[in-house]
Amino acid sequence: MDLRTTEAPPSTAERVAVDSVLGPPESGWFGGGRTALDGHVAIGGLSLARSRRHLLLPVLHALQEQVGWISLAALGYLCTRLDLPPAEAYAVASAYALFSFEPEARVVVHVCDDVACQAASGGDPTEELAARFGPAGSGTTVTWRPSPCLGHCEHGSAALVQVAGERGGCGSLAPFTARDMERLVALGSDLELGDLTTPLALVPQAGTGPTRLLRRVGRVDPASIDAYRASGGYRALRRALELGPMGVIAELKESKLLGRGGAAFPTGAKWEAVARNPLRPHYFVANADESEPGTFKDRVLLDHDPYALVEALTVAGVTTGAEKGFVYLRGEYPTAAARLEHAAAEARARGLLGDDVMGSGLRFDLEVRRGAGAYIAGEETALFNSIEGRRPEPRNKPPYPVDRGLFDKPTGVNNVETLLSTLEVLTLGGAAYAELGTPSSTGTRLFCLSGRVERPGLYEVAMGTTLGALLDLGGGVAGGRPLEAVILGGAAGSFVGPEDLGLPLSFEGAREAGATLGSGVVVVLDDTVDPGAVVARVARFFRDESCGQCVPCRVGTQRQEEVLGRLAADRPLGSLEAELALLADLDAVMRDASICGLGQTASSLVTSAVRRGLLGGEHGNGHAGSGGGGNGHGGGGSARQGR
Amino acid sequence: MTAVTPVTLRRQVELTIDGQAVTAGEGATILEACRAAGIEVPTLCYLETLAPVNVCRVCVVEVEGSRALVPSCSRPVAAAMVVHTASERVRTSRRMVLELLASSVDLSTAGRDVHRWIEEHGARPERHGPAAPPAERDHAHAGHHEPPEAGLAATVAQAVKRDNDQYVRDYAKCILCYKCVEACGEEAQNTFAIAVAGRGFDARISTELDVALPDSACVYCGNCIGVCPTGALMFVSEHDLRARGEWDESRQEVTRTVCPYCGVGCNLDLHVQDNRIVKVTSPLDHDVTSGNLCVKGRFGFEFAQGGS
Ligand SMILES: Cc1cc2nc3c(=O)[nH]c(=O)nc-3n(C[C@H](O)[C@H](O)[C@H](O)COP(=O)(O)O)c2cc1C
Ligand code: SF4
Ligand code: SF4
Ligand code: SF4
Ligand code: FES
Ligand code: FES
Repeated sequence: MDLRTTEAPPSTAERVAVDSVLGPPESGWFGGGRTALDGHVAIGGLSLARSRRHLLLPVLHALQEQVGWISLAALGYLCTRLDLPPAEAYAVASAYALFSFEPEARVVVHVCDDVACQAASGGDPTEELAARFGPAGSGTTVTWRPSPCLGHCEHGSAALVQVAGERGGCGSLAPFTARDMERLVALGSDLELGDLTTPLALVPQAGTGPTRLLRRVGRVDPASIDAYRASGGYRALRRALELGPMGVIAELKESKLLGRGGAAFPTGAKWEAVARNPLRPHYFVANADESEPGTFKDRVLLDHDPYALVEALTVAGVTTGAEKGFVYLRGEYPTAAARLEHAAAEARARGLLGDDVMGSGLRFDLEVRRGAGAYIAGEETALFNSIEGRRPEPRNKPPYPVDRGLFDKPTGVNNVETLLSTLEVLTLGGAAYAELGTPSSTGTRLFCLSGRVERPGLYEVAMGTTLGALLDLGGGVAGGRPLEAVILGGAAGSFVGPEDLGLPLSFEGAREAGATLGSGVVVVLDDTVDPGAVVARVARFFRDESCGQCVPCRVGTQRQEEVLGRLAADRPLGSLEAELALLADLDAVMRDASICGLGQTASSLVTSAVRRGLLGGEHGNGHAGSGGGGNGHGGGGSARQGR
Repeated sequence: MTAVTPVTLRRQVELTIDGQAVTAGEGATILEACRAAGIEVPTLCYLETLAPVNVCRVCVVEVEGSRALVPSCSRPVAAAMVVHTASERVRTSRRMVLELLASSVDLSTAGRDVHRWIEEHGARPERHGPAAPPAERDHAHAGHHEPPEAGLAATVAQAVKRDNDQYVRDYAKCILCYKCVEACGEEAQNTFAIAVAGRGFDARISTELDVALPDSACVYCGNCIGVCPTGALMFVSEHDLRARGEWDESRQEVTRTVCPYCGVGCNLDLHVQDNRIVKVTSPLDHDVTSGNLCVKGRFGFEFAQGGS
């Protein structure tokens, strides 16, 4: 390999940032020192330990946080340190929304303008910001930009604030209003990360019967391992160690637990496939990338019950023979990152992680890896690539992760909610767990209620609870207005209507209705919300989040957005029929010929809107309610500054 | 030279393609089985000498029992597999892949087959609307974009990159087949001068932060030019002749020779028009080169001719 890096030397700040992750260049081996990260992660033996490419994302984060952007000189320096070709490092870095390659304002405020916040605010939440603080990207010290869903949908508005500097980083503000923006602008160059530590308000949670997954949320101190243990924590791990791997797997199989990450794969079978794979080492990954618009369940769990994930991942590790676990956490979740790191450190100090887990003689440790603004990185094989320091592009399957996953080794990967549900299976017993819910969708499920609902929040209900009953728990449509439609499952889900309130929220119930539970998204739209604008926002989401690997999705999502833009502007090419035929063709090629689930579902909400007559017709433009709902918001038409 | 063909005993697999019973060696791809049976399947990102990246999706076929269509260029055959290469679903997806590419990329110098496929499948790129003016692509920020004016279709149109004397990069013609990246990196050259940057519709072939080729790791082996299916990467000599309307393949002669610069013995195909070498390629099936050369073989003619 010919390494050629630019001759320009990095600045001191850039060098310091890179060295903060990799250690000083003189002291260690392979041109670099051992670091905190290296220290407790010996990746897969010597060959992989030599390649430190997996530290690329942590290094890029350090540069973005401390310097505010990634220059050619900084890239050159980090490539020398990691023995990486600069073109490859740039290829990886430029696939993430949270990295910049031009000097930036010191404070960048990413403001959510996605479907749930749009529905909650009755329009584009960034319009007021644009009017008062200038267009997106303007402002030299403090600037704002539109962002896809930030996972705080229950608050109806949200922002992620990136602050660059020696002690830089990011913080979340939710709800977020123009008044908060005023405060940030007033603080200007004095703004410090500490100014953002306002504790996030916790919206009350509820459920039918006793809550299980949510039992500690808002009640037990998320920073105290003693409080966690006093409230039943680490009972499941003890039980898992008593049962042994095959015993745990038997319980999981009996529980009939299905994955909550979208694909509804049987968890017991997945763990068994990893456990029985003779190839070593094994890895286990908690998928906490949660980026499906309208989803905030994993964030609530991690913010308020971080020890539960640490325990669950430990159970998964000791059961599947993985000594190393990763939590791949959405980059926009700084609070969860801090609380998880704290929880892992405490657990390590108490011998609940490390070389001798709970005195069992078994070894397991975990590491938190942060994403950097890429929905596609939640797809399991793209996630592995992301951890490995490669572009977050889905891999060709087969091989499946249980055979060749992270670092090409047998890997288990589960959603956060799935992992927490395994704790319930172990404490209740598989048979008792299977009694909950419906015969083929067992257990409880979390639903993220947002939009025009009286009490938005996270709700835990038994599988099979009807949509109507769930909406009633949330107090029904806000202000008692008529229900227009519900987005069920997320951007990759579909619309259901007032006639579907009897729909049982179970895997089979949703399937029979031609819908999906997806990640548990329930965005309520009333008659003041323009469905055309919602659909246009979703089309923009997929256009922005496609990894670009395959033609159907790369160009198809672009064309789909264009059709919806034309419909919103009431400027169809040819006739409305021609436009609908075009949408149908785009749907066919994306669904049938795309590589991964992103492209395969990028048209599902659009298609269901067409089927329900929410597009074109009387709804398409100048929706009946838009007069009452405030400003007329023609979807996709609002002027948006690129960055 | 006597070629020594290793005798391999591959098990044979029986399958059905378009109603026809077909036998293929175990491990063969569906595409290979189709070709052996005389069934044409279009391909764009596939090349015999590179590992399949299966990204263009023009080669998809229907395999009974499979939910989505499968890429024939990478999916191995299996016993009793039932394959359809011309079903309604297959034809729709193929037509749309070709239509999406043709509506967003300048295919004017792509191979003749591409134009035939577009015609045969009835792709209608014009129904996506007239092309929008070129947008900034090299510095597009992931996750943000400016939608084109309603009624216009975004394309990858952009200025030609001409930053060295050897070859031009006209990414307005790039279908992002990954072949050049593979040829430059792991699969042949091991230089890693270029890679796919950005994402979604803004994904593009790029050096680090789009620095000019002379500032990158490029060693001008030209192997990327050799694999590019659309003419996005082109010898300066060919590019300039085309620009002057003087490129004429009917007036060209191709002479096979062995590269004189070192002892490896690479085969060179010299393309000569009007007594001048206008480009140099290397046969894909040659056992030394597999189509790859170094800067001397690929561009040495320029020194021999005293520049162009
Ligand atoms: C585009 C895309 C994005 C995804 N994002 C997530 C995610 O953020 N979190 C998640 O748990 N699963 C996500 N998945 C599903 C994962 O690929 C995988 O199926 C899941 O993590 C398996 O966990 P489970 O068995 O517990 O459901 C995504 C899938 C696709 C296609
Ligand atoms: S479907 Fe979309 S996200 Fe998935 S691999 Fe293809 S381009 Fe990437
Ligand atoms: S000429 Fe050779 S080194 Fe340069 S980009 Fe092409 S393949 Fe890579
Ligand atoms: S430049 Fe040519 S070889 Fe490279 S990706 Fe584009 S079309 Fe393929
Ligand atoms: S935080 Fe705004 S839609 Fe989720
Ligand atoms: S040729 Fe098979 S996907 Fe491109």
